Amino acid sequence: MRNLHVKILALVLVTIGVSLCWYKVTRLGLPLLPTEKAEVWTVEARIEFKAKKDAPVKVRFSIPRTPIGYTVVDENFVSSNYGLTTADDGILRFAEWAVRRVKGYQVLYYRLNLARDPMAAEPTASFTVPGVRVPEFPELMRSAAWALLDEVRSKSADAASFSRELLLRLNAPTPDPNVVLLRQDIQSPEDWVRRIVNLLAAADIPARMAHVLILKDGISHGTLTPWLEVFDRGVWLPFGPETAENGFPKEAIVWHLGDSPILDVSGGKHAKVEYSVRRHSQDMTLVAEQRARQMGSRIMEFSLFSLPVQTQNVYRVLLLVPVGAFFIVFLRNVIGIKTFGTFMPVLIALAFRETELLWGLMLFTVLVASGLLIRFYLEYLKLLLVPRLASVLIIVILLMATVSLFSHKLGIDRGLSIALFPMVILAMTIERMSLVWEESGPAEALKQCLGSLLVASLAYLIISSKVLGHLVFVFPEILLVTLAMTLLLGRYTGYRLIELWRFRAALKN
Amino acid sequence: MGFWKFRFPWTRLRRLGIMGMNERNADFILPYNPRRNFPWVDDKSKTKALALSAGIAVPKLYGIVEIEHQIKKLREIIKPHEDFVIKPAHGSGGEGILIIIGRQNGRHRKANGTLASDDEVGHHISNILSGMYSLGGLPDSALIEYRVKFEPLFEPISYQGVPDIRTIVFRGVPVLAMMRLPTRLSDGKANLHQGAIGVGIDLASGRTFCGVWRDTPVDQHPDTGGTLAGLEIPYWSEILALTARCHDLVRLGFIGVDIVLDKDFGPLVLEINARPGLSIQLANKTGILPRLRQIESMSEIPISIEERVRLAQQLVVSNL
Repeated sequence: MRNLHVKILALVLVTIGVSLCWYKVTRLGLPLLPTEKAEVWTVEARIEFKAKKDAPVKVRFSIPRTPIGYTVVDENFVSSNYGLTTADDGILRFAEWAVRRVKGYQVLYYRLNLARDPMAAEPTASFTVPGVRVPEFPELMRSAAWALLDEVRSKSADAASFSRELLLRLNAPTPDPNVVLLRQDIQSPEDWVRRIVNLLAAADIPARMAHVLILKDGISHGTLTPWLEVFDRGVWLPFGPETAENGFPKEAIVWHLGDSPILDVSGGKHAKVEYSVRRHSQDMTLVAEQRARQMGSRIMEFSLFSLPVQTQNVYRVLLLVPVGAFFIVFLRNVIGIKTFGTFMPVLIALAFRETELLWGLMLFTVLVASGLLIRFYLEYLKLLLVPRLASVLIIVILLMATVSLFSHKLGIDRGLSIALFPMVILAMTIERMSLVWEESGPAEALKQCLGSLLVASLAYLIISSKVLGHLVFVFPEILLVTLAMTLLLGRYTGYRLIELWRFRAALKN
Repeated sequence: MGFWKFRFPWTRLRRLGIMGMNERNADFILPYNPRRNFPWVDDKSKTKALALSAGIAVPKLYGIVEIEHQIKKLREIIKPHEDFVIKPAHGSGGEGILIIIGRQNGRHRKANGTLASDDEVGHHISNILSGMYSLGGLPDSALIEYRVKFEPLFEPISYQGVPDIRTIVFRGVPVLAMMRLPTRLSDGKANLHQGAIGVGIDLASGRTFCGVWRDTPVDQHPDTGGTLAGLEIPYWSEILALTARCHDLVRLGFIGVDIVLDKDFGPLVLEINARPGLSIQLANKTGILPRLRQIESMSEIPISIEERVRLAQQLVVSNL
């Protein structure tokens, strides 16, 4: 009955812990390992123009709407004395700068930080079919276009295959005369995409131009690349206008859609926009945290990252104590190792964090050994217990100061990093050890001391693990799982490992 | 014996009915020993007072030292007695016990033969008072009591200290008993983990049958050479009845009762333990679990002591 209760409680705790963890990993993208770095792209658009005299300036600039496959880590506008508004009409998004009076060359910046996000939402299907404006071709071109479209139509089934076939023909290395005619007077890639859109419109297939920015590290005076999008059964399918390939280029974002101008400056001349792209890596946890804020997730508001850094650092250590405590529970109740005091090894292990293992072990040995010598001398003086403990404590601290001074003089600055070394624990250890020494002899005392040191060293190795430290700090709910396992061990009635050895005489017969 | 008969050590221990520490704590001490009754056994002066009021024989108390200042009166307390024992009221595992076996030129002779002055005895008491031997280091008091003169029958199998009889009593029924013999290694103490010998006792007959020393079976006392098996313990049914009454006294379901046989006063209750050790199983070469589970399954335990003793003796026969 009681066992069942504990098991159910443990199950509930594990469920809560694991599901919170799962949510944070899959939805918020928090990394499970501390080394994970996110690739972050910094994209910058630089707008420059010359302001006209005595005319108000208005700049309308198209900016991306939640790029597919990426999350916006942050975006900002640099525009000293301009008023700024952003507008979103459902397809396009604009930044609008305005100022009443300026002089000379003007520079405005739009900066965007993007991180790859495999979980980002797919584009939603729209069921309203966009209208098609049938273009007017010049006489000569019209017959060529119709001939080409007829040919393509006979070799295709739907809008997607039609567009593909058309693009293949238009980009053929040895074009037929119709295509040669259609390729004439094309000045820029934009013109080319515009022509394809018109051709598709003539075949009653809705299509539009898309302006994409190809993300490549080190671009500094980049421009947008025109791309083609064809509407087929509720979705816009992207096509490479010069390759006929399906989809957008790898590592690219859609900046602007349609034929309207990307930059529109009234009250200025010689307007120009340039793009620069830079790639750098950023700690995944920071990216995830910012993303969670953008998603409006409540969970990250209650994360430990919202604490002041100083407090965060305290919790980075504190949250590891339960893991160490669980380890001690395991060593004592399942293995059966005896130590001085219940949780003394965890505290020693925490102290080792400050000093590192080898130096910590040396320090511990030196302090306990010299403390023991002094303790035996005090025993000869027949002091009362509490004053004797206090004396040992004072001597331990003096010994620590001496060790620090000497190691500093010798140029080993390790000795200075022992501020957290638990003096009271050391004093109690010395007292207990001297008792065991008297009652059961030096062999037993050394055995127990080595046992404590062994457990402390193991606990240190567990506690100082970077992965574990990262896990408990980023996912504190893991401690619920630790709690569940501790509860289960609290009802563990099986043998301890050393009992198998202890009762070996019974096993012989 | 083929390979197919291989069993893991823990399944074999289970089959033998041997109880482990975790099982003892979780299945017997926690459910059967209510925490509020622990003070009756944790404080030996309380146990003693309780036993006396119930008419159970215990070693005579000469005096109690509760505060530092009273150490001055030590001389007065011990004046009429050549030999005595000083022990912490909250001690456990036989720690902090000082045995004085005689006096010589105004100095006290300890059980191990060395001499101690009044001051040294006083310092020992002071250590007891400050909580050096008590659980959790809480302030303690020191009991000064009658030193048991053991039954001459035990002479050949005892080294320095006093042998005692440990019985595990569950729900008022004795389930397992052993004799604990001090050795030179245990420094006159009767605790197995300190090196004393455990000798199994047949509950039905009160006869010893085998010994264990430091987890290995022995037939002879390592220091005196006396044979351990086949010894008949006098007053056996009286001892069983005494242990059964201890359960009623302290109202704890799972206890270990320590009894000594004094040559003048007969069986005396030395102390009651609410967390008895498990080595008694090794000394008896038998697991305790079948007997415990059998008693656990009984809906009612007889009230009369005689019936409980009879039940205890039947238990052995039915489990053989």
